[in-house]
Amino acid sequence: MQAASEPIQELKLVGICKRFPGILACDNVSLEVKRGEVLALVGENGAGKSTLMNILAGLYQPDSGTISLNGEAVHFKTPNAAFAHGIGMVHQNFMLVPNLTVVENVALGSKNLHRFMNLDLNGARRRIKEISEHHELPVNPDAYIWQLSVGEQQRVELVKTLCFGAQLLILDEPTSALTPQETDDLLARLKRMTAELSIIFISHKLNEVKALSDRVTILRHGAVVFNGTTADHTPAELAALMTGHEVTLPRNESHDQSTEVILSVKALRARGDRGNLALDGLDLELRAGEVLGLAGVSGNGQRELADVLAGLRPVESGTIHFQGKNLTNHSPRRMIEAGLGYIPEDRHHEGIVPSFSVQDNLVLKDYASPKFSFSCFLKLGEIERNAESLRECFDIRCSSTSVATGSLSGGNIQKVILAREIARCPKALVAVYPTRGVDMGAQEFIHTQLLARRKEGVGVLLISEELEEIMNLSDRIAVIYKGRILKVLPAAIATREQLGLLMAGVVNE
Amino acid sequence: MNKIKLLYRLGVILTAALAAALVGAMVLTAIGASPIATYTTIFTGPFADKYGITEVLVRAIPLILVGLGIAISFRSGILNIGAEGQILMGILASTAMALAFPGAPKVILLPLMFMAGALGGAFWGGIAGFLRAKLGVNEILSTVMLNYIAAQFYTYLLRGPMIDSNELLTGSGTPQSMRLPKAAWLDRIVPETRLHAGLILALVLAFCVYSLLWRTTWGYRLRAAGAEAKAARYAGVHVERSLITAMLLAGGFAGLAGAVEVSGVHHRAIEGISSGYGFSGIVVALFGGLHPAGIVPAAVFFGVLLVGADMTQRSAGVPANMILVLQGVVILAIVSAKMYINNAYALERFARFFRRSGTAKIPRSVKTGGQP
Repeated sequence: MQAASEPIQELKLVGICKRFPGILACDNVSLEVKRGEVLALVGENGAGKSTLMNILAGLYQPDSGTISLNGEAVHFKTPNAAFAHGIGMVHQNFMLVPNLTVVENVALGSKNLHRFMNLDLNGARRRIKEISEHHELPVNPDAYIWQLSVGEQQRVELVKTLCFGAQLLILDEPTSALTPQETDDLLARLKRMTAELSIIFISHKLNEVKALSDRVTILRHGAVVFNGTTADHTPAELAALMTGHEVTLPRNESHDQSTEVILSVKALRARGDRGNLALDGLDLELRAGEVLGLAGVSGNGQRELADVLAGLRPVESGTIHFQGKNLTNHSPRRMIEAGLGYIPEDRHHEGIVPSFSVQDNLVLKDYASPKFSFSCFLKLGEIERNAESLRECFDIRCSSTSVATGSLSGGNIQKVILAREIARCPKALVAVYPTRGVDMGAQEFIHTQLLARRKEGVGVLLISEELEEIMNLSDRIAVIYKGRILKVLPAAIATREQLGLLMAGVVNE
Repeated sequence: MNKIKLLYRLGVILTAALAAALVGAMVLTAIGASPIATYTTIFTGPFADKYGITEVLVRAIPLILVGLGIAISFRSGILNIGAEGQILMGILASTAMALAFPGAPKVILLPLMFMAGALGGAFWGGIAGFLRAKLGVNEILSTVMLNYIAAQFYTYLLRGPMIDSNELLTGSGTPQSMRLPKAAWLDRIVPETRLHAGLILALVLAFCVYSLLWRTTWGYRLRAAGAEAKAARYAGVHVERSLITAMLLAGGFAGLAGAVEVSGVHHRAIEGISSGYGFSGIVVALFGGLHPAGIVPAAVFFGVLLVGADMTQRSAGVPANMILVLQGVVILAIVSAKMYINNAYALERFARFFRRSGTAKIPRSVKTGGQP
């Protein structure tokens, strides 16, 4: 669908309400975007941002309220109707079919490529090439989606939406998977694109909001609490408006170094899902009582490293020593028993069993321990008590610990995982993107918890793409690039620019 | 809210039942039968006397056993369509066991027979489990194929090596095994009917399966692997092993169903013992929500339909095949209704509609902003 419609001069939403069972997701929300403008839509998880944008993109129908384009009321019954009017959305949870290739995913939504009994894949491939070169968004058109890292999938989503000829781009937290350089780049490019496009930019990251947007609308509990010009307000003011209270993310201030190495990885080689050499001679040492930040653009071997450490992916060569013992190629159970905690990247399907209750998920690794079972019988009372106390300690917000964990918000799911991993008293903790997509309150909590573990002498390997997060929490920062550690620096002397260059593979010495 | 919820559920169930009855009535009218007479027979016939009621339970016994096995496998993430074949293997193994020790006392022979039946079924199910776990062979494919093999193997044995020698002497050649020794017969628990002690066994096992799945570490592991294999593997569960275990158990239950059917009802292996219990068992299990507490009533309900079908054929002159059509319609309607009952969105809409028309007098334009 290549930009068939007339240009969008003005988009207006008036009095939008949307109700889901038990909650009012959007409560009389009004906002407006003009041509060439960037509107930042800001709010915590569950504030109703995504719901509102899904309504705008035609995925949901509002219960009441109107949408008007260029002064004319429109009604988007389907996503295609929204596309036809030039509204394109890049979702936070990617809308890609994992077992199709990039080209096929793009072709899937492009009606004009579908001819009688024939799908013009070459046309799609050309269009992808054009768009990705024009906007400098490199994608491999023939890769399967399931083979791509989250960051690469994000790029595919962007390219796909642009291929559909979007004139008003809705971006739901687009920078969460990019390096600082890439983020700056993207922001600059988006800024340039406002010559032809309007953008609604959803984010928690207020510095990005500051950098990119002209106006900002803040949602809290489904209602608009603030609406104003970005330039007039500081990030701190916006943060306070967003959460309803002051937020300060904790920092790791003491950079005293312990020397006891708890986890040591030498010359590690392992293959990725595509059979490529994802880890290519990786060396890493994690010390007790430190946070080692692993910075890097997603897709450079982080996922594979975490898998290998958890015993979930075979090692081709090299060794893993944990507390002096060689645990190379041991089973996940052995790694767990050795005292390795792991907060996985995929929190919805790997970190928890979504259909299991919160109680059950909190003992996912320990259901068979003497504490929670007697011979082969589960101690249900003990499991429930455990859940109640962890719920209290970790501020897990759920109506009861017997609800399905999959029904909780992302931040609360992450707290369930964190609670379970920490309650096991691990010797080392591997945390992969622990705060991706969680709101500031939960982020603050997770950071505090990680630092508290560090104080207790746990070695924390923090894998993240957020430089802020890594620089705030780490004692040392390692940069991973193409399956190797490019450099390890003390956090005290590392700068954003330096790390950004390293993440892009540039060693400047 | 709870009153509305109840009303909603009742409404959904009634609508579904009505829709099913209507479609059924259309079909019956088309073949010239009286819908009312047919329905009356199906749903009152089985309860008219002692015979009817006990017959319903006789049918329910194998359905419960098969359904329990299916629940274990489905909960463990393996779709076992092979109960039919596993039942046959159970029948063969248990019959062979009983015929091999004709002189053994009942207390020894019955357990031996059931164990043999369960092992026979478990072996057959285990093949599919092993192929899935080790080689990634789709279990639907393998179990269906194993059904064919089991059916032919069964026929071969009953017509050849296991055939009753009397059949050969008299030359009638009916494919059936020798009659089992009396010690291999399950006791009848209601005199002058076919209802046998297998019912007690099935109910006890229903409780055992509940305990296994929800009270033991074993069940936890199986369910975790079934619900989200990735998370289970992450948590240190050996997912492949759990698939094999699940198939062994599922096959074991189906095999046991076969053994109980031989020992309790037929007293010899004959053709057509299973009469589709392996497939109905899947429907029973899904219908019962893959939970023993649902499977037992679901099996009884199916028992009613099966017995009702027999009776209609005799009294209302409607062919039994027609009743299968009705069963299909009823099941589709109930399954659809169940989806609707659990649909929170539909319930919410209903509640809002109800409240709006209940309290009434709220102009459409004012309802924006959402009433609390």
